[in-house]
Amino acid sequence: MKFRFFDISRKLRNSIHTSWMIACLSLVLLIPMVLTIGLAIKSFPLLAQHPLLSLLFSSNWKPLSGQFGFYPFILSSIWVTLLALLFSVPICLLTSIHLTQYAKKWVLKIMQPVIDILAGIPSVIYGVWGILVVIPFISDHVAPFLGKSSSGYSILAGSIVLSIMIIPFILNILIELFNNIPVELSEASLSLGATRWQTIKFVVLKKGLPGIISSFGLGMSRAFGETIAVLMVVGNVAKVPTGILQPGYPLPALIANNYGEMMSIPQYDAALMLSAFILFVVVLFFNAGSRLLIIRSGKHN
Amino acid sequence: MNRRKAEEYFFRVLMFISSTIIIMVLLHIIYSILKAGLPHLNWDMISKVPEGGYYFGKGGGILNAIVGSLYVAIGATSLAFAIGLPVALFMNIHLTKWKKVVNGIRFLMDLLCGIPSIVYGAFGFTLMIFFGLRTSLLAGIITVTVFIVPIMIRAIDEVLMTIPRGLFESALSLGSTKSEISYRVFFKQSIAGIITALLLSFGRAIGDAASVLLTTGYTDYIPTSLSQPTATLPLAIFFQLSSPILEVRQRAYASAVILIAIILFISLLARILTYSYKKNKINY
Repeated sequence: MKFRFFDISRKLRNSIHTSWMIACLSLVLLIPMVLTIGLAIKSFPLLAQHPLLSLLFSSNWKPLSGQFGFYPFILSSIWVTLLALLFSVPICLLTSIHLTQYAKKWVLKIMQPVIDILAGIPSVIYGVWGILVVIPFISDHVAPFLGKSSSGYSILAGSIVLSIMIIPFILNILIELFNNIPVELSEASLSLGATRWQTIKFVVLKKGLPGIISSFGLGMSRAFGETIAVLMVVGNVAKVPTGILQPGYPLPALIANNYGEMMSIPQYDAALMLSAFILFVVVLFFNAGSRLLIIRSGKHN
Repeated sequence: MNRRKAEEYFFRVLMFISSTIIIMVLLHIIYSILKAGLPHLNWDMISKVPEGGYYFGKGGGILNAIVGSLYVAIGATSLAFAIGLPVALFMNIHLTKWKKVVNGIRFLMDLLCGIPSIVYGAFGFTLMIFFGLRTSLLAGIITVTVFIVPIMIRAIDEVLMTIPRGLFESALSLGSTKSEISYRVFFKQSIAGIITALLLSFGRAIGDAASVLLTTGYTDYIPTSLSQPTATLPLAIFFQLSSPILEVRQRAYASAVILIAIILFISLLARILTYSYKKNKINY
């Protein structure tokens, strides 16, 4: 009798646990849906009055008179992101090849914690570092060298800080990618008399190309949405940037800087939510594209 | 022949330089923040809340922000763990036959991990308004939970994926129910990885500024209930740094030292715990 009772309680416990698991899973699966619907509903009032294209390509940003042109912000975001990618791509590629193809064990033992810590440092710390180091460097050395004057708070500063923030992120993906390329391929190439470097150039890089591209796509979407660190060094002037030493005003900074006033000016909240929505869509697009590319290239192997 | 060698040599030098750059940058970040902040770090900073005139350079500290950050991070991490662990276990034990469903969930979680925290912040803000809440500790905890749940699920999931199928099958053949396999076998087997996942999420939660910027508000007091606004450490650094007064900015550097110390401590703890729990693992 006792055994039976025990048996029932085990089954009961199993079903309680299972229903809790299913409840949690449905809750988690609800997040993306609620996120999309919430942002769409909130940004709708603005879209109802202005067509989307004119919002995206107008550079008039006068919330008080109801003019919302996102062009300067979108352009700043693109500038900062692309420049950051430009700085971090060569470093990531070279380091990941170094670590996976050439490096001795002790080098890996040093680099792994370095990458982990770099990935774990909060963005506000990168921002502080940017203000302490990058800004003075640009205003004292880079700008005079180029024959211009700059306060240092510029697109260049934002992208330098950003490039360092996305390095560990891209690097981790690349290291995993290169480690997963079958050794037989490189061995075959080496046995045909190719040097190590030729093998890397013609076999490893070629084989890993889709993965490399998608890792940059992921890094790019990471950079596109980064807020505080960029906000602290990029200057935040709502004008169309004309050079890399000019201040910029990326989309995330726009939201973070103005949320305080958004309830007091009509349609301002809709405008900020629309910028969050744009961020969301762009990041989702690049993320999904990159991940699908990885998955599809994996299937061909 | 010589040209081939020269090319390889050239790129090897470049590789060495770029690896060195990465190490140098990390050291330089830590060094420059310690150099700017350490001279201004004192016991008052850690043990006192801001006093009157703190933001004009008078006495006090940032205890409110430290405690607030811990509240938000601990609250969000525990909530995310309570939701994330069952989901990860469910994916790896109950859904083993539905590979496509599991891969779909993984894909979705990866996408959610990539969404910027400011979007979660904006979303949390609209939710908050929708439910008629004010900026508060509760709103912050919920927003950060939503932000770290996907990270937590994927991190635990990665650990559970490495557990061999054989263990699942042998536990099943001994008559265990699936929930027993989940919590008594798989959970125990992967405890080291789960702790790492917890600490990783905790680090994310305590370091992120954008998601709490819109939802927790900012006060000089330590919150005593969930409905009160609270300060957080990243925001304390951010706000103090934008002050025109030198002493306040120096305190921002000191606060940055505190935050970096917490993060380094977490990462060290993760390493030690992973190492010490690895010993209890069943090896094949």
